[in-house]
This record gives sequence, C-alpha cells and structure tokens, in this order.
Amino acid sequence: MTSSRTALGLLGAVALCSSWVACGSGQGSSSPPKNTQAIFVNGGPSNNYANGLFTNVTVCAPGSSTCQSVSNVLVDTGSYGLRLLASAVGGLSGSLPQQIGSDGNPVFECAEFVDSVVWGPVKVADVSLANETAQSLPIELIDASSVPVPSGCKAIGPAEEDVASLGANGILGIGFFITDCGDACTPASAANPGFYYSCVASLCSVASQALGQQVQNPIASFAANNNGIVIELPSINGSSPAIGGSMVLGIGTAENNALSSAVIFPPDKFGNLLTTFKGQQYAGFLDTGSNAYFFLDSKTTGITACSSAANGFYCPSSPVNLSATNISSQTGSSSTVNFTIVSASQLFSNNNDFVFPSLGGPNPSTFDWGLPFFMGRKVFVAIEGRPTPGSSGPYWAY
Amino acid sequence: MWEHPSSSVFKTHRIKLLVMLVALSPPAFAVLGGDVSTLASDQAHLKASVRVRVRNSYSVHEMLTPAGTTVRQFVSPSGTVFGISWQGFAPDLQQLLGDHFEEYVAAASSQRGRRGRGIHIDTGDLVVETGGHMRFVVGRAWLRSKLPQRVDPDDIQ
Repeated sequence: MTSSRTALGLLGAVALCSSWVACGSGQGSSSPPKNTQAIFVNGGPSNNYANGLFTNVTVCAPGSSTCQSVSNVLVDTGSYGLRLLASAVGGLSGSLPQQIGSDGNPVFECAEFVDSVVWGPVKVADVSLANETAQSLPIELIDASSVPVPSGCKAIGPAEEDVASLGANGILGIGFFITDCGDACTPASAANPGFYYSCVASLCSVASQALGQQVQNPIASFAANNNGIVIELPSINGSSPAIGGSMVLGIGTAENNALSSAVIFPPDKFGNLLTTFKGQQYAGFLDTGSNAYFFLDSKTTGITACSSAANGFYCPSSPVNLSATNISSQTGSSSTVNFTIVSASQLFSNNNDFVFPSLGGPNPSTFDWGLPFFMGRKVFVAIEGRPTPGSSGPYWAY
Repeated sequence: MWEHPSSSVFKTHRIKLLVMLVALSPPAFAVLGGDVSTLASDQAHLKASVRVRVRNSYSVHEMLTPAGTTVRQFVSPSGTVFGISWQGFAPDLQQLLGDHFEEYVAAASSQRGRRGRGIHIDTGDLVVETGGHMRFVVGRAWLRSKLPQRVDPDDIQ
C-alpha cells in the first residue's frame, strides 16, 4: 500500500485487464463480465467537468418496459441514492409513481450536499445497471417546476436544478449507507435535518420519512451482488482528456470482485476514517464524487491556494509530493498514500484535458480522498449490514 | 480534530484557555458580521445547546444542534462575529450568514468552476469554504474586514 505511483499504476492496469479477461469467458472474449458497469472520467455533458466519474443508468416505470436510459450520471461514493434531472428522464417522469407520505401528501426531497441542495419529488422506479435491477426503488427527480424550492431548503444553499449547475444528468449515490438521511429523518428521531418534505400544492413542510421510504442506494436492493461495489480506474501519467474503468457489483461474490489482501477501513458514525498527516489526525473519507484531493488548508499544508479562475484548488509553484496515512479502526493496520499536487491553474491551462491525477484543493479540517485517489487502485465499498468475506459493511477497502 | 493542532493561537495559549462549560443567558449568538451584544436568535432558531471558550484574542461560542451539527462562532474582543464554522448535517446558513447569505448564494452560483464538491468563494471580504459528504458537511466562513489582528483565518475551524 505504500507503493509508488508508478508501481500502483502498473498493478492497477494488470488488475483491470485480468478481471476482464477472466470473466469474458462464455460471453465472448470482448464483453465485460455480467456484474460490471462501464464508468468514464471525462468532461461530462457540458464538457467542463474536471475529474467527473460518469455512467449510464436505466430507469423504468415499476414492473413495466416503459424505460429511459440516462447518460452522464455522476458516480458518487459520497452520497446515497439515485437523483436524476427530470429533464433527462423526459416523458417517463409522468409514468413514475409519486411517493405518498404517511399523511397522505406527496413527498418531496431537499437533498443536502456539501455546497448545494437538489429539490424535487420522490418517485418510485425500477433502476437498472450492470444487468441488475432494483425494483420499485424510491428515487428523487430533480425538478423545481411543479413545486418551488421551499425557503427552509433554500436556506441551506443554492439549488442545482439543471445540467448547467449540476454538471451531470443526475447523481448515483453508491456509498456504504443504504439510505440518504438514515435514522435522523425517521419518525423516532428527536431532530430532523430536513431532507424530506410533505407538500400540499406548493406549501411544503419538513416531514419524517421511514427508512424504507427514503431515497436509497440501488445496489442494496439488487437480487444478487448486493453487498457492495468495486471501483476500478487505471493509473495515468499526467492529465488526459478521458479514461474508462469499471464498477464491479458485489464483494467476494465472483472472480472479479475478490477482496484478496485489501485492507478494510470501517467508518465512524459520521462516515469517516482516520487520516494522519504531518503527525496530526483528521477525519478522512474516500469519495468518487469529489473531483480532487481536498485536504486541510494552506496554513497546515504550506501549499498556496489558487486565485481567480482556479479558485478552490491548490496552486503550488512547483509540484509537491506528499504522503498521508489512513488507519484502520478494525485492525489498526495503516496504509500510507503517496500523492502529488500540481498547480490547478497549470493543469486547467489545457482545455482538452478533463482527467487530472494531481489535482488538489483545500477542505477545512478534513481529508477528502477524491477521484484522483481511485486512479490505479481497486477500491471496495461495502454496504452497511451486508456480509462480505472480509467482515460486514460498512467499510472501504483497498 | 476540532482543536486545530497547528493553530498558533491554540498551541501558544492552550494552557491559558478558560473553558466555561456553561449555558449562557441570554444566548450569545449572532450572525456573521453582527455584534454579539445585539444577540440574534441563532440558538433559539437552531434549538441548540451552547458552550463558550475564551481565548486571548477571541472567544469561541459553540452550539450543538439536536440534529448533531456543531456550529462555532468566533467573536472578537470588540464583540463582533468575525467567523463561523460548522460540521455535521448542513446547517441553516441563511440564519448563520445573515445579510451575507444572498452574497454567498450569488457567489456560489456564479463561481461554479471546476470544483465538483465543496466550494471556495471569496468576494473580497466574505470567504466561505465547504467540504465533506452527505451526512457530514464541514465548512467555515469569515469576513476579512472583521478579522482581529494576529488571528489567522485558518484558526477558524
């Protein structure tokens, strides 16, 4: 786990290649294994996303063959549940049943992300990817056209309601929790953080939502390979316009998703692991939905923050080699990660590049192992409460 | 993690910290840039419990909301809230940023650059940084014009 970037890259390339070859038998030598979903890092639907990981998802009216395939859906291990722009779902929207709450009113959601919210109705759909289907799954349609974003939702941050602001046609949350809000939003909770709303016409108020009715990770509802996923992306030297990889369903359920010697990192109750950097401990997490290594601040790291066009990233005058160590609360074993940060303004100067393995930026008090971390690695994400050959989820392993 | 170890203020004055685990009355919270003596209603609005820690060059007023979100407000010796930090579920930023909320939303909406999670906006006076993931949002905001002397913005954590 302390291998150099180059060595990891080679290992990653071999692992990716062998898994495809091993499972190609019986399906034609060129077809990917059945439990595999193609994923891509590219500029996304607006051709402006840096380190965006995308895939295609098919949604259908429950129990029917009335379906819509949606491309350019962001693959996000930092959230839970499927959210699609109503505009990308098109005419199918009207065929997806509206979820009704315990009070008899339509349920809407204000999904709280780090810097924004997405608002819209909770609908029920059959969701398919990698040859598996989650039947009658609660999903969110991102759509403020019928019921406007309520003030309590707007108070959290700007709403992202279209391709231009979202940079994607939707977000596929496949992190290790099953539901997006969890116990905090259930009727038994002492305090509701306000993910779910009950709406009468355009008048909406915060409502509780039972776990089974919350928007949730489709992987957990699949008939097989439902204990987690493996994200595999190749290592690359320098920036690139695009790369492809795979999301393998299941952990230890097939030849192509064996845990082998990967170290397991169970999260704390907030969904974080422990990362040490320069002798200090921080909350850390592995997140494909974060498009850089986002860690700490200029004062702690000594790395200059960018100004102007590359605001929100680090801009060191020359490349900086760093290392940080993730510590497993399960075994106490540690994994030191070496990484390099290159000036974002320099990286962004080539308009054709959208994949940046050396992109970094500040993140107050925390260590966010974003998409560059996943390049050249096989990263396992095990779903809460689901047994795997290693231990029950939730955990990350790599 | 909260007591940022690399902060010079914390490092130098850790022993001198006067930690008062007391509930204040009236609630000592105000919006960013507001005066702590003309107390706003954050605590009541957020239904939060309170504790206050006094440092040499400023004091930190910490709220824990029932939903488990920790909000800290950094108050200068003259009584002005110059910085805010938060951690947990996303807080009501409109309440915490007050008059600066619209400025934040406008900047956040227009500065959608290439950063795909979290945000870093800087309008000259107002700086806001956020990060984290669903169920765990971290962020901080401060006003350059209100920052007391010798306080590093990175102390606001």
